Amino acid sequence: MKKNQWLDHVILIIGALFMIIPIWLIFASSTHNPNTIISDGLQWLPGGNFTSVYTEVWNKSIGFSSDVNAKSMIINSMIMGLGFAIGKIIISMMAAYALVYFRMPFASLWFWLIFVTLLLPLEVRIIPSYEVVASLGMLNSFSGLILPLIASATATFFFRQFFRTIPNELLEAAQLDNAGPIRFFLDILLPLSKTMIAAIFIIMFVVGWNQYLWPIMMTTDESYNTIVMGIKQTLSDISQSSQPRYDHAFALVIFAMLPPILVIIIFQRWFIKGLVETEK
Amino acid sequence: MEQRQQYTHSALPYFLLVPQIAIIAIFFFYPAAEAVYLSFMLEDPWGQSSLFVGLENYTILFNSTEYLKSVVFTLGFALVVSFLSLSIALLLAVKANNILHGKGAYKITLTWVYAVAPAVAGIMGGFMFNPHIGVFTEIFASLGWDFSLYTDPFDATFVLVLVSVWKQVSVNFIYFLAGLQSISYAVNEAAMLDCESDRRRFWTITFPLLAPTGFFLLVINLTYAFFETFGVIDTLTSGGPGGGTTSLVYKIYRDGFIGTDLGGSAAQSVVLLVLVLALTWVQFKFVEKRVHY
Repeated sequence: MKKNQWLDHVILIIGALFMIIPIWLIFASSTHNPNTIISDGLQWLPGGNFTSVYTEVWNKSIGFSSDVNAKSMIINSMIMGLGFAIGKIIISMMAAYALVYFRMPFASLWFWLIFVTLLLPLEVRIIPSYEVVASLGMLNSFSGLILPLIASATATFFFRQFFRTIPNELLEAAQLDNAGPIRFFLDILLPLSKTMIAAIFIIMFVVGWNQYLWPIMMTTDESYNTIVMGIKQTLSDISQSSQPRYDHAFALVIFAMLPPILVIIIFQRWFIKGLVETEK
Repeated sequence: MEQRQQYTHSALPYFLLVPQIAIIAIFFFYPAAEAVYLSFMLEDPWGQSSLFVGLENYTILFNSTEYLKSVVFTLGFALVVSFLSLSIALLLAVKANNILHGKGAYKITLTWVYAVAPAVAGIMGGFMFNPHIGVFTEIFASLGWDFSLYTDPFDATFVLVLVSVWKQVSVNFIYFLAGLQSISYAVNEAAMLDCESDRRRFWTITFPLLAPTGFFLLVINLTYAFFETFGVIDTLTSGGPGGGTTSLVYKIYRDGFIGTDLGGSAAQSVVLLVLVLALTWVQFKFVEKRVHY
């Protein structure tokens, strides 16, 4: 079993380099003087401008008419990621609880209505969705950004699967003790679902943060720009100038990646568990 | 299926279901129906009047060389991206499962790219292969490849594939590694005794056991290549050069949102819808089969 381990390591190191090199190059180059980048291309080693570049990008508006900077776009992305994750978890837990723990007429109809949404990504119905949101007057608002994205039952499906793995005896015991449905949910189901909620929260936060197509259609008002979509406008502004401030562009890219990457690294265990267990 | 103990309550379950049902009715069923309806209509660009034209939008669509080119590009792109990201991830997962030391470090470095948005990945790719500052353009030039992201359709597709694969390897890696770790120790032990060659052991024991995971991932990867690569395409090539990298989703967006050809765009949505349904049907077929063994 020991033999050839070094070959395995070589392959893994090549794989790891393939993953890291792009991010490293962008980071190292962001700390250089823009003229170095223009004359010599991307840099492999970090330069000395780290603090000045990042504070400037954080506070200064680049390529926008109003006062939009990395800080305000990151706040918008946070609202988007958190709103999407929290909204989705609340709505889908309620629906999954109703589907699994209640006897009601048309149960299978409700089930199919909800789960057919898994089949069609937003991209397929994007233009009509846009019109619905426009006619409801929700363009340029966070509810318009978030609600249509929640209209897919992924999390409901995960929670339904999870609730079904919880032993039925718990409910029987609760009913013997005269605990009503709300009591059962709050005292028994919610504590049992903690890990599952954390895992889905992490995945959904990343999904919400990384949205691109929907925000570029929905927002004409710059103050609602999220960082993932806002970079593009900054970029086109930067590339049109004669002395492109590549350092600013690179720093923005780092800002756009950093929060979701940190979340994934810090909560790696939960995140992997969530991904893998929801496959079933 | 066992009959679960359930509450009987008249109002509460509906109260719990209402938010979900309301949201999917407004933001899912209505727009989906609207897409089907619009695909049979011809609307003037200002949305003032519309005319029922039957299948005309579809006829125009299937006679358009531009659309067929986009179909061919999307299918080819999806297959190449899925194949490459699945095989690279499988190789890395097998190696990571094999080694004794440093597992954790590899696992972290190979999974964190999951968090990078496709659009951001596209922007980074654009810098790497930029004609002026891109290091890889330089490296290719020194190898005699006159690389040009913005004028050569092949080079543009190459970068799109590379960036899309880069972004997707981590998800596949996570699933494959979990799949490998769930293969029981006893099975591995027995295989080890029976079969000396690593390679044969992999193809006869490990690979078939991973097949269900692999198939599930294939569907995930195709869906990713169809839909989520919008961000990569928009930031890297904007569908160019010469429309050579326009995927189906990108075309729906461009025709409907920028070109305001609502009927044509809706017809494209419906075609895509049929494609996704077919893919799901295949998946269900497979899931049924999986139950049998």
